Amino acid sequence: MDLNYSAEDEAFREEVKTFLETRFPKDIGERAKAGIRFKKDDYYRWHKALYDQGWITPQWPAEFGGTGWTPVQMNIFDEECFKVGTPRQLPFGTRLVGPVIIHFGNDQQKERFLPTIRSGEEFWCQGFSEPGAGSDLASVKTRAILDGDEWVVNGQKTWTTTAQYADWIFCLVRTNTEVKKQAGISFLLIDMKTPGVSVRPIVTLDGDTQINEVFLEDVRVPAENLVGEVDKGWTYAKFLLGNERTGIAGVGLCKADLEKLKVIARTERKNGKPLIEDPLFQARLARAEIDLKALELTNMRMLFEDAGEGSPGAIASVLKIRGSELQQRLAELQMEATGSYALPWQQGALEPDWNGKPVGPAYAAARAPLYYDRRKTTIYGGSTEVQKNIITKAILGL
Amino acid sequence: MDFGYSEEQVLFSNSLQKLLGDSYNTETRRALVDGDTGYSDDVWSAFAEMGLLALPFPEDLGGLDGSSVDTMVTAIVLGRHLALEPYIPTIVMAGSALMLAGSDEQKSGLIEQIISGQLKMAVGLTEPGARFDMAEVSTRAATNGDGYILSGTKNVVLGGDAADKVIVSARTSGETRSEDGLTLFIVDLGAEGVSRESYRILDGRGGADITLENVRVPTTDVLGVVDQAWPVMDHVADQAAAALCAESLGAFSKINELTLEYLKMREQFGKPIGSFQVLQHHMADMLIEYEMAQSLVYQACMMADNTDVAERGLAVSSAKVYLGERGHTSCQSAIQMHGGIGMTAEYELGDFVKRMAAAEVLFGDVDHHLSRFGRLSYID
Repeated sequence: MDLNYSAEDEAFREEVKTFLETRFPKDIGERAKAGIRFKKDDYYRWHKALYDQGWITPQWPAEFGGTGWTPVQMNIFDEECFKVGTPRQLPFGTRLVGPVIIHFGNDQQKERFLPTIRSGEEFWCQGFSEPGAGSDLASVKTRAILDGDEWVVNGQKTWTTTAQYADWIFCLVRTNTEVKKQAGISFLLIDMKTPGVSVRPIVTLDGDTQINEVFLEDVRVPAENLVGEVDKGWTYAKFLLGNERTGIAGVGLCKADLEKLKVIARTERKNGKPLIEDPLFQARLARAEIDLKALELTNMRMLFEDAGEGSPGAIASVLKIRGSELQQRLAELQMEATGSYALPWQQGALEPDWNGKPVGPAYAAARAPLYYDRRKTTIYGGSTEVQKNIITKAILGL
Repeated sequence: MDFGYSEEQVLFSNSLQKLLGDSYNTETRRALVDGDTGYSDDVWSAFAEMGLLALPFPEDLGGLDGSSVDTMVTAIVLGRHLALEPYIPTIVMAGSALMLAGSDEQKSGLIEQIISGQLKMAVGLTEPGARFDMAEVSTRAATNGDGYILSGTKNVVLGGDAADKVIVSARTSGETRSEDGLTLFIVDLGAEGVSRESYRILDGRGGADITLENVRVPTTDVLGVVDQAWPVMDHVADQAAAALCAESLGAFSKINELTLEYLKMREQFGKPIGSFQVLQHHMADMLIEYEMAQSLVYQACMMADNTDVAERGLAVSSAKVYLGERGHTSCQSAIQMHGGIGMTAEYELGDFVKRMAAAEVLFGDVDHHLSRFGRLSYID
């Protein structure tokens, strides 16, 4: 038993740091530190920097552009990125649909889609949830009917992150209504420019419009855009959802949040002393820090015990539950630490090109919006309750 | 980075499990608790035979040169089997105090006897009215000829009932709450002026309040440097707390197993109660808490040997806080899900719950370790 990283991993960490120092655009990092929203171009420039370095799809098989990093190295990469404030790499192309195409797509699909996913020339979004299909995802109703060599798609997707920027959407569509619900779903790739596709933004509690409704009205999709076999989409969806192990705990993000929280708590004052010295606040901060350490170590333990007991999917559920709770708690504590100046609602101050002067300390404007934004973490990607159901079945055997 | 047991640790853990599995069951354990000594001399001899009592000591003193992780591997099994023998007081606490501060004569004289199983020891670091603050020491040691005269009381000394000798802290200079001016002494429990009030603590283990009235201690029984015992005391308490957390983890694993088994077996409304989602989610929470606690216990025990006070303190206090709060909640959940049967003294669940409850308080409760964590982390 040993808590130290190997020499190889330490060397890798240095390599990542050097890359970030030289290649990550400084202005993006400054925006991240100030809590200002990223521009679409920020995501693209970060994507491009990774692509040029050959690091855009580390988790893919080597023949398709993977780097062969170990789970520990992925974690190191993640951690260093959050330290300098890189944008979250949008997962839809590289982490979600990419691996599905690699495993279940045909050669034409691989040639057509994988290069532009890697280069960032085409952005993707995820068409899974529907108004009537949230936690019960297999009850999707969006219908696809084959007409000659085209699928005709009608229905509605929702909570679609960055649909407004996306060039493509990967959808779960119902291709068979005669069978058990899981057995009648297919996995279809749809060009967002196709006539009949329309996007309507949803304003969330934080005041942002990252998520959308996507309406599909008589959208004609070439039959060749169906991945794998007709009616087997549920299998691919489960593969996609269970594929995401590294990074699911959000340890790197939480660590960056904790540092930010400490800065605020050292700056704010109470009873003539830094807030961080107030026993009540300090106890809450200490609890959050201890919980984060437990999460970080558990994440590492599970990476090392890769072939250990239980199914990897269910262990990912443990990390998802704890990571998402902690992301919420840290944003909540940041807001609490900020005190009254967390109240002025200054949406403009979060926009990249704003020239005004914010009310209160520089960190104040982003605190309440972040707190409300983070409320989503225990809901998306399978709610906490769904994750507990997975643990119940897969680990506890109840 | 590596979170697995070595091959030796697996073997060691297995043979200790076998030994305790053969020696202990609920009935025999309870009989020991009700008996005179409160533990089994046969098991203690068996510990000596298998090398358990030699584990953390260096080879030149007849030990096995084990690390604090080896101690953890041991303590997890002791907790799973609710062993009653004074392993932590004698081996972990007195053992590390002797190794950290002892002269060559003290080490060779006492450690050999400990390893052979002849000598049991305890360490008394807290006093009535001082709660968990080990620096608040009212016990005085005044110089007298070629020795000292000690007066004062040490309370809830784990293993103090069984000990032949006890290591106590006493003030040789400085203010009552100062970390400076403290000195450790090895006191023979048979010495004139020493009295002890022995009892069982709530998990059935033995403890004692030890009172010293003008007890003469020769200079040769001063342990370490006069006035400068604090770093040793802090380190010994961390070693003990880490080992207790490992015991708790062992008990925790058993609590989860018992509860899961019960959810599968107990039927109400015509089906196993484990088919109800509300109970499934409580059980899932217990699993998550166990995994998180395990990580922090591993960290604490990997760090318990560390002489960097802050690194060690943060790791140990983290485990204490986590088990004290989340382990505590899981224990409550376990009893709740068992319902009435969980309330009975006859069923074994309560024994494991009490083991965790005792560990929650010994060497500092949650508040104590939360503020210690805060002090080490946030105050420059």
